Amino acid sequence: MLAYAFRRFLGAWPTLLLIITLAFFLIRVAPGGPFDTDKMLPPEVQANLDKKYHLDEPLWMQYGRYLWDVAHGDFGPSFQYKDYSVTELIGAGFPVSLRLGLSAIALALVVGVTFGTLAALRQNSRLDYTVMALSMTGISIPNFVMAPLMLLVFAVYLHWLPAGGWNDGALPNMILPVIALALPQIAYISRLTRGSMIEVLRSNYIRTARAKGLPERVVLMRHALKPGLLPVVSYLGPATAGIITGSVVIEQIFGIPGIGRYFVQGALNRDYTLVMGVVIFYGVLIIVFNFIVDLVYGLLDPRVRY
Amino acid sequence: MDHPQRLLDVQDLRVRFETNDGEIRAVDGLSFRMRAGETLGIVGESGSGKSQTVLSMLGLLASNGRAEGRVDFRGTDLLSLTPSELNRIRGDAISIIFQDPMTSLNPYLRISKQMAEVLVLHKGMSEAEARRRAIEMLDAVKIPDAANRVDRYPHEFSGGMRQRVMIAMALLCQPALLIADEPTTALDVTVQAQIMHLMRELKADFDTSIILITHDLGVVAGLCDTVLVMYAGEMVEYGPVEEIFERPLHPYTQGLLESVPRLDRRGGTRLHSIPGNPPNLLHLPPGCPFQPRCERRLDRCAVEKPSLVEVGPDRLRACHLEVSHD
Amino acid sequence: MVDREKTAGLMQAAAGEEIEGRSLWQDAWLRLKRNRAAMVSAMILGVITLLVIFAPFLSPYEYDGADWDNISIPPSIETGHIFGTDMVGRDLFVRTLYGGRVSLMVGVVATLVSLLIGITYGAIAGYLGGRVDNIMMRIVDILYAMPFMFFVILLMVLFGRNIVLIFVAIGAINWLDMARIVRGQTLSLKHKEFIEAAEACGVGTLTIIRRHIVPNLLGVVVVYVTLTIPQVILVESFLSFLGLGVQEPATSWGALVNEGAADMEVAPWSLIFPALFLATTLFCFNFIGDGLRDALDPKDR
Repeated sequence: MLAYAFRRFLGAWPTLLLIITLAFFLIRVAPGGPFDTDKMLPPEVQANLDKKYHLDEPLWMQYGRYLWDVAHGDFGPSFQYKDYSVTELIGAGFPVSLRLGLSAIALALVVGVTFGTLAALRQNSRLDYTVMALSMTGISIPNFVMAPLMLLVFAVYLHWLPAGGWNDGALPNMILPVIALALPQIAYISRLTRGSMIEVLRSNYIRTARAKGLPERVVLMRHALKPGLLPVVSYLGPATAGIITGSVVIEQIFGIPGIGRYFVQGALNRDYTLVMGVVIFYGVLIIVFNFIVDLVYGLLDPRVRY
Repeated sequence: MDHPQRLLDVQDLRVRFETNDGEIRAVDGLSFRMRAGETLGIVGESGSGKSQTVLSMLGLLASNGRAEGRVDFRGTDLLSLTPSELNRIRGDAISIIFQDPMTSLNPYLRISKQMAEVLVLHKGMSEAEARRRAIEMLDAVKIPDAANRVDRYPHEFSGGMRQRVMIAMALLCQPALLIADEPTTALDVTVQAQIMHLMRELKADFDTSIILITHDLGVVAGLCDTVLVMYAGEMVEYGPVEEIFERPLHPYTQGLLESVPRLDRRGGTRLHSIPGNPPNLLHLPPGCPFQPRCERRLDRCAVEKPSLVEVGPDRLRACHLEVSHD
Repeated sequence: MVDREKTAGLMQAAAGEEIEGRSLWQDAWLRLKRNRAAMVSAMILGVITLLVIFAPFLSPYEYDGADWDNISIPPSIETGHIFGTDMVGRDLFVRTLYGGRVSLMVGVVATLVSLLIGITYGAIAGYLGGRVDNIMMRIVDILYAMPFMFFVILLMVLFGRNIVLIFVAIGAINWLDMARIVRGQTLSLKHKEFIEAAEACGVGTLTIIRRHIVPNLLGVVVVYVTLTIPQVILVESFLSFLGLGVQEPATSWGALVNEGAADMEVAPWSLIFPALFLATTLFCFNFIGDGLRDALDPKDR
């Protein structure tokens, strides 16, 4: 198990290095610099700025410096928010984004697994068709369409919930963004659960369990649930990636001060260091999460060889 | 009870499946009886309905399947029981061994758990007690080092060993009736012989009645008392095992026998296979279902379906041909 | 983003689809015809496609021309603005259909790009096998773990909002699934008896690929294409929604939804119509893709 964990740990590094390298060089070859403004800066000022941000050094030195800094959790200064470092901005936004994201994943898991299992148990019933239709809706309506529509109905017309803002994560402010973020994942997870549950329930070993005389409840809980949910466990990696991506628009739409919002602002304002910092940060986060998911899967499936 | 020794009485069993292409009659009006202690072989090609017969008795049909008729087991009709009533019988008084040991054990649970749960459920044993009993049973089916291997997962066993585990699991509650659905088909030839040998030994030790389902008459010879031959969901011949082997009366049985390699027949008899394929249950031929493949077909066979007729003591057959007395 | 469920589904379709020649396709067609959701979706999608192609001829208004007398008016027949107009008086019917043109085109072109890359990469890896295959698939594994959406955004930020770049960027990130599937298929087919028989008979490599491997892959590819197009449309809309995709006065469904969301309190129609078209299209593609997958996978009836 430890060796397996170590191997998986080593395997994560190439991806990480690739992300950082790609991000770094993409930015260097991009046309135009962060300080290109409409008016020409005096050469002395330009030179000073270049010196301050080490833009006067050879490329490989800048790369080495950047790697070194990143390894120490330093993503450099933000070009846009002059007084803040990227690390500070990410640090400020992360708790908010994390809270939003975790709530969405938790909601998606609970609702998705429940719906999927119920649909599988009553295959081809009205309940099954309803769940499948709803899940198709969740997959087909992107959350940046769903979110404004929900705002329109629940905030603008009905006045039930606030039309955005974070308010330190107060429940009324959380409801709409969390649901909007979780909907596509609920859809995927319920489809995934239904599919794998149906397959498991048809399998020979479930027939064996029934032949033993076990009550249907025991057959389900003891024999079917774990194999039926394994695909959901491995989907958690992509689900995290999806939630993170979704959080970018959701934070934008609801005006939530998380990383995603900084990211969009940075992207629109060509704040290179901030954008790059966020890309790397999220890259690391996804890699770490995939690593954990792999380990959990290894623990759950006795057939995984370490 | 008129027949205290009677264990099983199947009357007019019909199993149907609703499919997209229409209704399939997998079993069509099957009736037979079993005495306690008897070993019955149900023989037929794939699709003859032999597996569906036993699955329907245990309520294990696929969700689109339906069973009708009566299956009296010790005087109770299994088909009319509620799921929870049926659960009290299956795994306890009737247990079953499936064809494919590679997929019939739950890959995510330890063998100990999968075996112990049967005893905990039906015999009310404690986990520890059940585990001890499981190890004994694994010993009985000759799994070496059972005490250590009981805590392994199925994938750590070979196919033959897994089938031994399945057999051990089926025998845990000392069932009155053991059903073996093609227990050796998925295994290597040498392992097949070992498993059949084990079954013979266990039959003597445990004194259970057995229904052995197979497409291989050769397997039947060493174990069964009576043989029931099925074709296209119906019984075509029935009789004591020696009689079936000595004097098969249905051309289909004869064909099956000729396709079994035998040591007791000398000379240049060539191995024979029945021409053609098992019939499509959606489009059965008119008359006798076997007639398109029958080498001794008469004119009336294509028109009139032969009914099952008693042709001797405990001897049934469905065929228009004269019973020869050679 | 990586979509493992889709991959699993495709793998399933790939496994189910074997060499049964024509009967398989006839069978699949029969099963697809029986799938009402898929058939209705195909019809709706056909209508949307026709509308989108002939949009400019259907209305007297231009997608970038303003009707100064009718700024931000709700849908009405009298004015001829059946979907209403936006904040600068542009006809939303024309703009929605014009945006659909861009969205659909991005979807199809980018999918084809990813198809081309994926098939080539996967077939080479699978056919050569051994160490080359190992390295090539390791690269795919590494790429799989990347936060792609963020890289696309990064690209947009760095190189400007250029529609060709959107094609390439989206196409270039979506090929991973296809590469894996094609490689798996090629590997398994390589050792099938009928391929070995063809090889033994001296049939050339190209002929084998054309006659045996390509037809066997066709089913998977068809399913892949129908499930990838909506995904790509979604990515493009996502970027446009963030203001990083197509630029004014050109538009796409994502960009329209973005504008509509900004004005929804005063002009909800500017959100609802583009959203409706976008969602309907995605619905249809997903239903057709599901139907095709079920039709081509005989295992599950």
